[in-house]
Amino acid sequence: MATVQKERKFISIIGDEDSVTGFLLSGIGHLDARQRSNFLIVDAKTPLSTLEEAFTEFTQRKDIAIILITQQVADEIRHLLDEHQSAFPTVLEIPSKDQPYDPSKDSVLKRVQLLFGE
Amino acid sequence: MSNQRLNVFPTRMAQTTMKLRLKGAQTGHSLLKRKSEALTKRFRDIIKKIEEAKLKMGQVMQVAAFSMAAVNYIAGDISYQVREHVKHAQLRVRANQENVSGVMLPSFEVYNEGANSFELTGLGRGGQQIQKCKDTYTKATQTLVELASLQTAFVILDEVIKLTNRRVNAIEHVIIPRVENTIKYITAELDEQDREEFFRLKKIQTKKKEAKDAELEKLSADVDNEPHSILTGSQDQDIIF
Repeated sequence: MATVQKERKFISIIGDEDSVTGFLLSGIGHLDARQRSNFLIVDAKTPLSTLEEAFTEFTQRKDIAIILITQQVADEIRHLLDEHQSAFPTVLEIPSKDQPYDPSKDSVLKRVQLLFGE
Repeated sequence: MSNQRLNVFPTRMAQTTMKLRLKGAQTGHSLLKRKSEALTKRFRDIIKKIEEAKLKMGQVMQVAAFSMAAVNYIAGDISYQVREHVKHAQLRVRANQENVSGVMLPSFEVYNEGANSFELTGLGRGGQQIQKCKDTYTKATQTLVELASLQTAFVILDEVIKLTNRRVNAIEHVIIPRVENTIKYITAELDEQDREEFFRLKKIQTKKKEAKDAELEKLSADVDNEPHSILTGSQDQDIIF
């Protein structure tokens, strides 16, 4: 279960334009041999199916260790996030620029609260 | 379920085996219980850390978003430029492992590889601001990676604790009672056999005694009617040839 995850070395990001740009600027962006990127910019026009596809692809790729997803986007595909139970890749909800972070929506924190029965 | 017993022959050997098994199960139970306690302690630590890290993340992201806004104000929209320059990841993560009572917990570590692909971004204007923004986001990434390792550890530990608790309960409520029942059954059965054996021996003894008595009686009866003496009998007629 917890085998060495050596080949997982990239951080992928799904979010609004500014968040993604910021993180890409820090140097996490990567294009692999088949020109697949590890990021997705979501705006109001992005269809839900694209979002779902991208998230599923990122969770299934073997070279991604962490998926950053802004909470606004996470809310749209909440069902996929709740389904994602495995430890790798880790899905991390981050606050987006124009929306404060709401801990009560976070899938992981929800599980924490469930465990303590609060 | 717990009233069942294992399917064994009630022999002394089986009894010894069962006793050993019971001892093994008890040792295993106490060990697993201790493991589960150690893991739970670790788990609570991690949860506390996660909550702290999430709060820290909120602040860090706020600062990062602000610096991004500053870049947008000075350098204009660099989003497209940045996206087009993405080739190879400069910041990568490496997974190390930490052993907590036999559970491998990964912890991610950020490392730099390759050159900065945005050296020319903002050459026209706002280069300094962009550099600052890059630094801020790099720091934010480090915080997020820490949080991600905590979260991974959380998920893995959660699973392992559930598994361990399930095992502890299975040993406590299924295996131990079942072995105890088996031992009880074997002991009862062996006692029963002992009693039967004893009774059988007694019975044989009485039977033998009876047989002996009967013989003795017969003998003493024989003493009364002594063997016939041929001399005392009536005289035979002489036989004349």
